[in-house]
Amino acid sequence: MTDTSIGTAAEGTSARVVDFVALLKPRVMSLVLFSGLAGLLVAPGELHPVLAFVALLCIAVGAGASGAINMWYEHDIDRLMSRTKLRPIPQGRIDPATALGFGVALAVAAVVVMGLVVNFVAAGVLALTIGFYVFVYTMWLKRRTPQNIVIGGAAGAFPPVVGWTAVTGDVTVVPLLLFAIIFLWTPPHFWALALYRSADYARAGVPMMPVVAGAAATKRQMLLYTLLLAPAALSPWLIGFSGWLYGAGVAVLSAAFIGHVVLVLRDTTHAAARRMFGFSILYLFLLFALLVVDHFVVAG
Amino acid sequence: MTKSERHRRMRGRNYALVAVLFSLVILFFVVTLVKLGSN
Repeated sequence: MTDTSIGTAAEGTSARVVDFVALLKPRVMSLVLFSGLAGLLVAPGELHPVLAFVALLCIAVGAGASGAINMWYEHDIDRLMSRTKLRPIPQGRIDPATALGFGVALAVAAVVVMGLVVNFVAAGVLALTIGFYVFVYTMWLKRRTPQNIVIGGAAGAFPPVVGWTAVTGDVTVVPLLLFAIIFLWTPPHFWALALYRSADYARAGVPMMPVVAGAAATKRQMLLYTLLLAPAALSPWLIGFSGWLYGAGVAVLSAAFIGHVVLVLRDTTHAAARRMFGFSILYLFLLFALLVVDHFVVAG
Repeated sequence: MTKSERHRRMRGRNYALVAVLFSLVILFFVVTLVKLGSN
């Protein structure tokens, strides 16, 4: 077997450490970790810094484990899409069974450590997050319905709830609002990507919205979700949890997000969708950064 | 892939595993101290 062989079974000895890191989807993990950190930092109460570190480690490992199991399940379609064909399994550097074992071991370890070290509510929500991503999104919805990332987006919305419950041990209104923000942010974020990758998804037989309903219908739905996102994003300020800095900052960010969707609506190429996809990631990072800064500087 | 390249990659994975296990030992030791200190 050579390094350049694609789609051949790996012997299990050609994998490098970076291939196992790639299984964890580190870029996705960074956003998950950041939103989890934000939930942990703004939650009322105290958590020893060492235990907070363990909680964040468990969130990161849990997210990575979900990614590894996802890559195991989707390796047949990953090899068909230009965005994913360079992943370790389609490239033959890691065999699917190794990826599955790696993911399951990490998932179990993350939940058990979270339960024993932090608390069992946080462990339960973490287990729910991993289970939702693997069973509901990856195995059930992704190949069956264009609503895959709408419902499946809930998996990505749980991390701030996990962070919050790590401190408080319960789920109240504010973490549910943080959940709602990411839940409503996910469709315009993913559909921006799907617009300029629709040929990829069509080739792999994944019924993403642009493939099934077309670009125009997708863009209208992106606008709808973005308009719903704006008040949801402001809700921590509207209920008095966050101060003026968060409110003003998120109002500006949301206006810019809506502006991006309008540009996507008017655009006949994919340039605006590419820009919007990049901006959507920045939007969520800045929103949670504002939440934390406001919490310590203004509201705190 | 050559035999030496395969051995090099195996060695890299083994070193990474040792580093992870050693880090976990340290982490669980510190967590134990924190937990005991809070009781």
